[in-house]
Amino acid sequence: MKKVFFISVSMLLFLNQIMAQKYIARNGYIGFFSSTPMENIEAHNYQASSVLDVESGEMVYSVLIKGFEFEKALMQEHFNEKYLESDKYPKSTFKGKILNMDQLDLSKDGVYNVEVEGDLTIKNVTKQIKVKGTLERKGSHIIAKAKFPARVEDYNIHIPAMVKDNIAEVVDVDVNVDYEPYKK
Amino acid sequence: MKFQILKNLFGIILIFSSAALYSQDDLMNLLEESEKPVTEYTIATFKTTRLMSGQSVEIPAAGVLQYVISHRFARITAGFYDIFGLDNATMRMGFDYGITNRLAVGVGRSNFEKTYDGYLKYKLLRQSKGAKKMPITVTGFAGMAIKTIKWPEPDRPNYFSSRLYYTFQLLIARKFNSDLSLQLMPTLVHRNLVATRADANDVFAIGMGGRYKLTGSLSVNAEYYYLIPGQIVSPVYGEKVRNSLTLGVDIETGGHVFQLMFTNSRGMTEKFFVTETTGSWLSTDIHFGFNINRVFTIIDKHNKK
Repeated sequence: MKKVFFISVSMLLFLNQIMAQKYIARNGYIGFFSSTPMENIEAHNYQASSVLDVESGEMVYSVLIKGFEFEKALMQEHFNEKYLESDKYPKSTFKGKILNMDQLDLSKDGVYNVEVEGDLTIKNVTKQIKVKGTLERKGSHIIAKAKFPARVEDYNIHIPAMVKDNIAEVVDVDVNVDYEPYKK
Repeated sequence: MKFQILKNLFGIILIFSSAALYSQDDLMNLLEESEKPVTEYTIATFKTTRLMSGQSVEIPAAGVLQYVISHRFARITAGFYDIFGLDNATMRMGFDYGITNRLAVGVGRSNFEKTYDGYLKYKLLRQSKGAKKMPITVTGFAGMAIKTIKWPEPDRPNYFSSRLYYTFQLLIARKFNSDLSLQLMPTLVHRNLVATRADANDVFAIGMGGRYKLTGSLSVNAEYYYLIPGQIVSPVYGEKVRNSLTLGVDIETGGHVFQLMFTNSRGMTEKFFVTETTGSWLSTDIHFGFNINRVFTIIDKHNKK
């Protein structure tokens, strides 16, 4: 009976410890930039949410497509209606892992280089990507930053010939997410 | 023996729970649980502010100016000599401006009877899902038209008020899915001056219409205005007044929406197409017509941060 008690206590401790390793962000920033000689287009989303597990290095992101704000209302409408079809595919997600997590010591304030590998899902198309970025420890917060390119065609997004000169084939994605410790 | 089973059970639970807690799917579940529900407003119920001849629930976004140029050619029954009506056109040129994302103002002028028109559109309800749910979008429309053509009988007393027409509409629409949107338009057109005592000053009509998207850039549209019978008895330009029916397509390019249509109405303001439509589809008194809508962003939406 002692053993049972020991196991259950250790399990509870273990669970507690797992909770403490998690960080969450609800107002993360994700933006993208399309640059062509004809036109520069940018969009910003300040409602990305993400969970980071600093023990395992696992990280997940979820972002509402309708949350992207464009300079011009018509661009935003076309982005949702014609290109991303946000009624059918409301969310984009990323599930990945920081590859060099075991070499990091996030207990001290500072900026650390990381490499993340995982699955990016846009418009129901999932592609494996590898991204270089940074994790910054700032007091109780952790800030993740990364920039990576995404090829529009790869995610089943078709740009009609008429506007091909205005929209880049590869857009630059910018991620800037401020995490705080996760509390239930 | 009992103790042994219990121990094994705990072991199994321990293994499962630790494995589960480490999976990315679990992190994703945790993320979804912590997300607050947001209100998602339906966008682009229609591609532009006009369904075909008449208004749609849409208005230009705040700070956006829309230029609309519309033509309705003469009847296609004019034949090849008039190249099926293309030799003669009535046209309207207009501007719409979004004051806020819910309020817009529009002005225009038609060469037909040298008519100026102006209106306000206000989005009373917006279709949404999520935290706030609303099944329909309702836009109120209040418009006025001034006929400035010279009086046919200048010697009799003519009053300025006789040149005025008012239109009030409730535009009620629902976007059923990304392709299908339908709209209902209870309409009142007030005419200060009518031909005879038997003609109503206040004309009631029910409009109905919709669009079906074939591709991202192309949709087929239909619009019908049903006049409650018995309100208009006098002919207009010698012909019986009929219900307006317009069939056409929206073709959308980068910043333009081209609306091409066949209609039995010649006018492009409510006064004309609701109360003065005389063409008959059955005798192919049909006009070819188009609206070209172009938007200009006047005031950029300032991005947060």
